[in-house]
Amino acid sequence: MTTAPVIHLHELRKTYTIHKREAGTRAALRSVFHRETRDIHAVDGISFDLEQGEIVGFLGPNGAGKTTTLKMLSGLLYPTGGAVSVLGYEPFRRENAYLRQIALVMGQRNQLNWDIPAVDSYEVNRAIYEIPEAQFRATLDELIDLLDLADLITKPVRNLSLGERMRVEIAGVLLHRPKILFLDEPTIGLDVTAQRRIRDFIAEYNHRYNATVLLTSHYMADVEALCRRVIVIHHGQLLFDGALATLVERFSPHKTVIVDFAERVALSAEMDCYGSVVKRTPDQVVLSIPKAAVAATTSHLLADLPVSDLTIEDPSIEAVIEQVFNANN
Amino acid sequence: MSEWLAIYTAQTKRAFAVWLQYRAAAIIWMIGFIVQPLMYLVVWTTVAESSGGSVGGYTPSDFAAYYIVLMIVDQVTYTWVQHEFDYRVREGEFSRLLLLPIHPIHEDVADNISYKVLTLIVLVPAVILMMWFFNPTFNTTWQNAALFVPAVFISFWLRFFMGWVLGMLAFWTTRIAALIRMYSVIKLFFSGRLAPLTLLPPVLFAVARVLPFMWELAFPVELFLGRLSADEIWLGFGMQLLWTGIMFIAFRLMWRRAVRRYTAFGS
Repeated sequence: MTTAPVIHLHELRKTYTIHKREAGTRAALRSVFHRETRDIHAVDGISFDLEQGEIVGFLGPNGAGKTTTLKMLSGLLYPTGGAVSVLGYEPFRRENAYLRQIALVMGQRNQLNWDIPAVDSYEVNRAIYEIPEAQFRATLDELIDLLDLADLITKPVRNLSLGERMRVEIAGVLLHRPKILFLDEPTIGLDVTAQRRIRDFIAEYNHRYNATVLLTSHYMADVEALCRRVIVIHHGQLLFDGALATLVERFSPHKTVIVDFAERVALSAEMDCYGSVVKRTPDQVVLSIPKAAVAATTSHLLADLPVSDLTIEDPSIEAVIEQVFNANN
Repeated sequence: MSEWLAIYTAQTKRAFAVWLQYRAAAIIWMIGFIVQPLMYLVVWTTVAESSGGSVGGYTPSDFAAYYIVLMIVDQVTYTWVQHEFDYRVREGEFSRLLLLPIHPIHEDVADNISYKVLTLIVLVPAVILMMWFFNPTFNTTWQNAALFVPAVFISFWLRFFMGWVLGMLAFWTTRIAALIRMYSVIKLFFSGRLAPLTLLPPVLFAVARVLPFMWELAFPVELFLGRLSADEIWLGFGMQLLWTGIMFIAFRLMWRRAVRRYTAFGS
């Protein structure tokens, strides 16, 4: 069964025109009369579709165009070219009917008023989004439960810790039960526990409401835990769109093999014949071995050396992503 | 209709809660608001006394009545939105506002209303004290008092839309603070705040009549004090409505362009 995608981007582009100016008084004076401009192609022809209920990781280094794309999807930026449609709406028209069905969370921005308890701001959202009283109570109770907010929402927001603040922020934008969630670095700056909490919650929200989630994060743990599919962009262009496992396979043709020795092996012993040595101690060697050669090489290792333990790992997602970006620089 | 009532109730409540967090600052601010008309009142009273009991037909008691009513009108119609835009544009606050399925102006109106309610705490005792201390004379008829209400109401909207129009310039320039400063000085002079406008030289009075400022402040004040003829009253309402209309249209046109600009450049 195929359904129409809820999010559709086709050759989407965003170009910023900025005024170029060199340092110095003379340049400043000259720029009064003659302004030179330069085009920055923040998003340079990106196409992808998202089905309802998907959680997709949107990855790329700083300045890749992730936030610009999310802003175009939520109607905060007008595209320079291409087509974008979400739930059948063109986001840049900012129709109220559209805005009522989406939410954008930016990890570094606050939507709640700092000076007052979150619950007072929630009441305003209830009125603005015209959420029926019963539904509002039910959703709020649910969010309080899932995000453990009972003690937090009655304190002024500025008195909360970063992690607590993110939780009340997220609850605030979900009160109207948006069908589409754009999350821009929702876990930025949070400690590991707080990150996990937000992560678990996103999974639960997605599961409960069949909501579609597009998420950017610099923490690969977020991506690994939540996203089966990732979209990687760099310099405003799409590099990869597919399963996370495929990304690892495609961009990392090597596996990491860790061999622990049962007895000390002299550092002079030849290891390069098995693969490239990543790390070497008398008790252990870490090798990077081409995937195709892993099976043969491990049997040699087991036959030749006093092995007590042998593990085969995929390289970390961070390492893969880094490789992807480096390869395209 | 009931949705709007709910929205305004919730927004006003929230704004009130925020003001209460800053009550000390708010009270100092309000006192500042009272000190300015009080200062002009003291100056003009002194001038009137030293020049034989009146200036341009204003006795000290007339000045007292003038500045007490001016203080009330100014406080009721006051708006500060123009000062907020710079921050909103620079800090990306507009992104938050644009994500909501409601025009951002409503939040400002609610904020303004809640501040006005809070203002009464300082305004009422200030008026009572000044009445007792300066001994003002009022020649107000009930017609004057009745017409005063719509005049103040229109003045509020005139100032509010003008504040938005001025503030929205922040979408195009980063020098908005200088513009606001200039605007405030012109306004001080031509609104009747510095002196009753009939004390101005005829040329300046003629300039004042074509600008919007006297219609938002001096007009309701003089209307209440019974200083205006029937013709002047109708002219005043006409000018008020004309300027409010101009500002409203400017507000609509600029807002559309401002959003277009904001969504073109991002923040």
